[in-house]
Amino acid sequence: MAEENKKLKVIVFQINNEEYTVPVNLVGSIERLMPITRVPGTKSFVKGVLNLRGVVTPVIDLRQRFGIEEVADTDATRIITVKIHEMSVGLIVDAANDVLDLDEESIEPPPEVIGTAEADYIQGVSKLDQRLFILLNLEKVLAKDDVHELNELYV
Amino acid sequence: METNQYLEVFIDESKEHLQSINDQLLQLEKNPQDLTIVNEIFRSAHTLKGMSATMGYQDLSNLTHKMENVLDAVRNEKVLVDEGILDVVFDSVDDLEAMVIDIAEGGSGERNVERVVELLKNIENGEGGAAEPAAASTSKKTETASLLSIDEYTKAALEQSSELGKSNYQIEVTLREDCLLKAARVYMVFEILEQSGDVIKSSPSVEALENEDFETSFQVLLVTEDSPEDIEGQIKKVSEIENVHVTVYQISEETREEADSQSPQKERDGQEKAPVQKEEKEGKQVGSKTIRINIDRLDALMNLFEELVIDRGRLEQISDDLKHTELRETVERMTRISGDLQSIILNMRMVPVEQVFNRFPRMVRQLSKDLNKKIDLSVVGAETELDRTVIDEIGDPLVHLIRNAIDHGIEGPVEREAKGKPATGKLELKAYHSGNHVFIEISDDGGGINRDKVVRKAVSNRVVTEEQAAAMTDSQVFDLIMESGFSTADTISDVSGRGVGLDVVKNTIESLGGSISVDSVLDEGSIFSIQLPLTLSIISVMLVEVQKEKYAVPLSSIIETAIVKKEEIMHAHNKKVIDFRGKVVPLVFLKDVLSVPQELDEEEYYSVVIVRKGEKMAALVVNSFIGQQEVVLKSLGDYLSGAFAISGATILGDGQVALILDSNALIK
Repeated sequence: MAEENKKLKVIVFQINNEEYTVPVNLVGSIERLMPITRVPGTKSFVKGVLNLRGVVTPVIDLRQRFGIEEVADTDATRIITVKIHEMSVGLIVDAANDVLDLDEESIEPPPEVIGTAEADYIQGVSKLDQRLFILLNLEKVLAKDDVHELNELYV
Repeated sequence: METNQYLEVFIDESKEHLQSINDQLLQLEKNPQDLTIVNEIFRSAHTLKGMSATMGYQDLSNLTHKMENVLDAVRNEKVLVDEGILDVVFDSVDDLEAMVIDIAEGGSGERNVERVVELLKNIENGEGGAAEPAAASTSKKTETASLLSIDEYTKAALEQSSELGKSNYQIEVTLREDCLLKAARVYMVFEILEQSGDVIKSSPSVEALENEDFETSFQVLLVTEDSPEDIEGQIKKVSEIENVHVTVYQISEETREEADSQSPQKERDGQEKAPVQKEEKEGKQVGSKTIRINIDRLDALMNLFEELVIDRGRLEQISDDLKHTELRETVERMTRISGDLQSIILNMRMVPVEQVFNRFPRMVRQLSKDLNKKIDLSVVGAETELDRTVIDEIGDPLVHLIRNAIDHGIEGPVEREAKGKPATGKLELKAYHSGNHVFIEISDDGGGINRDKVVRKAVSNRVVTEEQAAAMTDSQVFDLIMESGFSTADTISDVSGRGVGLDVVKNTIESLGGSISVDSVLDEGSIFSIQLPLTLSIISVMLVEVQKEKYAVPLSSIIETAIVKKEEIMHAHNKKVIDFRGKVVPLVFLKDVLSVPQELDEEEYYSVVIVRKGEKMAALVVNSFIGQQEVVLKSLGDYLSGAFAISGATILGDGQVALILDSNALIK
C-alpha cells in the first residue's frame, strides 16, 4: 500500500487460548513468575505484591479478573507490568510471546451481540491474518473501585 | 546575564533575610525602644538591597531602599516607632516576599508597590531631615578620633617608616551615596593602596569594611614611598568614589595625648562592640562549616541507602545460613557501619521545626488584628528536628489548628474580661522529642470545647446516636470534632469554619504515620496534641509469622511480646481476652483478621504481640516471632492503597515482600 496507515505497536499475550493485546508504550517489562506476597482484604483476582527490582508492585491475575477458571502456573506463565497514571501493576497471563503492529483502522469496536455486557474493559478487536486480537482498556481493567473487599468487616 | 547560577542562592538568602526582618520586626513591636533590633533589621534590609541590585531586580532593590530609609530614620531617632510605621514596614516586607516568590517562580520580580512606597516616603519625610547632618558629623568625628588613637606598636611602625624615607599618609575615601557594592569598592581601594605601600590601620576596621558595616566614608593610614597625588589619582580611578583626601599624618605629642584621653572611651567602645563582633565571628564560622545541598541529591542518597539496607538484610540472612565465622564477622561489621551511616543520613534530612513555626508569629499578629482579639503567642522548642518530608507536610495542618484556636478558641477581650481572664489570650506552640516521636502541641487559654454543643451537633449530623453520645467519655466526644463534616462555629468566618478542616488535618497527620488528640476544659482552654514519627522511610519492626506468611509490626507500637497458655484465655462478652499485667487485653487473631490460609496445626501456646494505641491495647496472636529488623518502608502503590490494616510493605533480605501491619487499625 502506498499510503502508510497509522500503526499501533502492541504486546500480544494469551489467556485461555485467546489473544489479547496492550499498547507497547504502556508495558514496563515482561517477567517470569516470582514469589508473590498475598495482601489480605482484597478481591481474589488481586494476587498480592511482588518485589520488582526494589519496587513493591501489585499483581493481578487476568484470568480471574476476566472470570475465567484458574489453571496451574506453567513455564510459559508471565507477568506483564504495565503503567498507567503513574501506577504500576503486574498482570499474570498464560503466555506473552509477540510484538505486533496493528493498523489503527483495522480496530473495530467489540461485537456487542455476544452478550457479555460486563466486558467494558475490552476496547476493540482487530483481525490480522486469520487471528483475532482483543484490545484491552487497561484503565477499566485496573479500575480501583472494586479492588478492596469490605474493609469495615472487622470494625 | 551571568547570574543564573547565583539565582538559587539569591532566592534562598533573600528568604532568610526576609524571615529575619520579619522576626526582628515582631521583636521591635514588643520593644519599640530597642535600637539594636532596628540595626539588625537595617543590616538584613541592606544586604537584601545589595543582593537584589546585583542580580538586577530593580523593583526589589528600590523598595528595600525606601524601607531602609525609614529604618535609618528610626535608627537615628528621627522617627519614633509606632504601630502605624510597623504596619507599613510589615506591608512592604509582604511586598518584598511576594517579589522574591515571583522571582523564585521564574518571574521578573516586578510589582506595583507605589502605595507602600508612598507610605514609606511619608514616614521618612514626616519628621526626618534636620537631624541628619548632625548625626553624620558626629559619626565622622568619632571615626577620626578612633583613627587617631593609635597604640604604641603602630606608633613605632610609623616612626620607623619615616626613618626609612617613607611618608605616612592619612587617606579619607568617601564613596558615593548610591554605591551598591561598597565592599567591592573598598576591596579595590585596598588593592591599590597595598600595591603602593603598607596599610597600617583603617577606620572602621578592615573586617567592618568588608561587611559593609560603615556609612560612606572610611579612613586609612598608609605608609608609602609614592606621592600623595599619585595615590589620590589611582584611587579616583575606582568607580563610585565620591572623594579622596590624602593628608600627611603627623605623629605628635598632641596625638599621643589625645590618644590617651581617648582610650577610656575607646575601651568603652571596645566593650560595646566586642559582643557584636563575636557574634558575627561565630556566625561566620558556622557559615563556613555548612554547605547548601539540593534536596534532590539528599533524596537520591536516601534511596541508594535504602537499597543498601535491603541488601544488608539479605547478607545477614546468607551469613546466618552459611555459619561461616569470617563472613559473619564481616557482615556484623558492615551492619554496624551502615547503622552509623543510616543515622548520619537520617540526621542530614532533619530540619528544625522552626522552618514551619517561623511564619506563625506574623500570621497570629495579622489574625488577631483582623478578629480584634489580643493574643500572645509563645513558641517553645522551635529547634526540635523533624524529617524534611514531615516538615513539608505539617505546615498546613498547623496553620489550620492555629487559625481554629484564634477564631474559635480564644474569646474577644470583652468576653474574656467578663469571664475574669486577662484580656490578652495565650496561645502556645510547643514542640519536643519523646522516644521515636516528635510531639507538637497547640494550646490556648480560650473557651475550650463545649461538650454539649459537640454532642448536639454530632447527633444532628448523625455521626453518633444520642445513646452512644451519652456513654462517651469527654475525650471521645472531643475526637468527634475531627470527624468529617463537623463545624461547631456558630458563624462561618473566612478564617475557619467551613466544615472541612479538622478532618483534613487529622487525615494529613495520619497519612504521615502520626496521630492527633484533643484535650479541653470548658472556659479554660484546649490542647491539640500531634504525635509524629521522626522519620518516614526506615523503621524498626518486629517480624512475625502468621501461619506461613510474614508480617512486620512497627516497634513503636509494640509494648512487649509474650507467650500465653490456652487455659489463660478468658472470655468476656463473647470476646477472647487475656489478663496482661492486671489489665484485660482483647486478643486479635491475625490469622482470622487477615484471612490467612490455615497451614499449621494448633498449638498449646499462643505467641502474642501486645500493641497499643493511646490508652488502648490489643494482643495480636501470631504463630512465631522472627525477630527485630530495620526495614525500608515502601508504599503498596496507588492500586492497592488503603488496604485494611496494612500501612505499607517492605522488602526482606530474601527479596520477598512483607506487609507492614497498621496496628492502629486493629484496635478499636
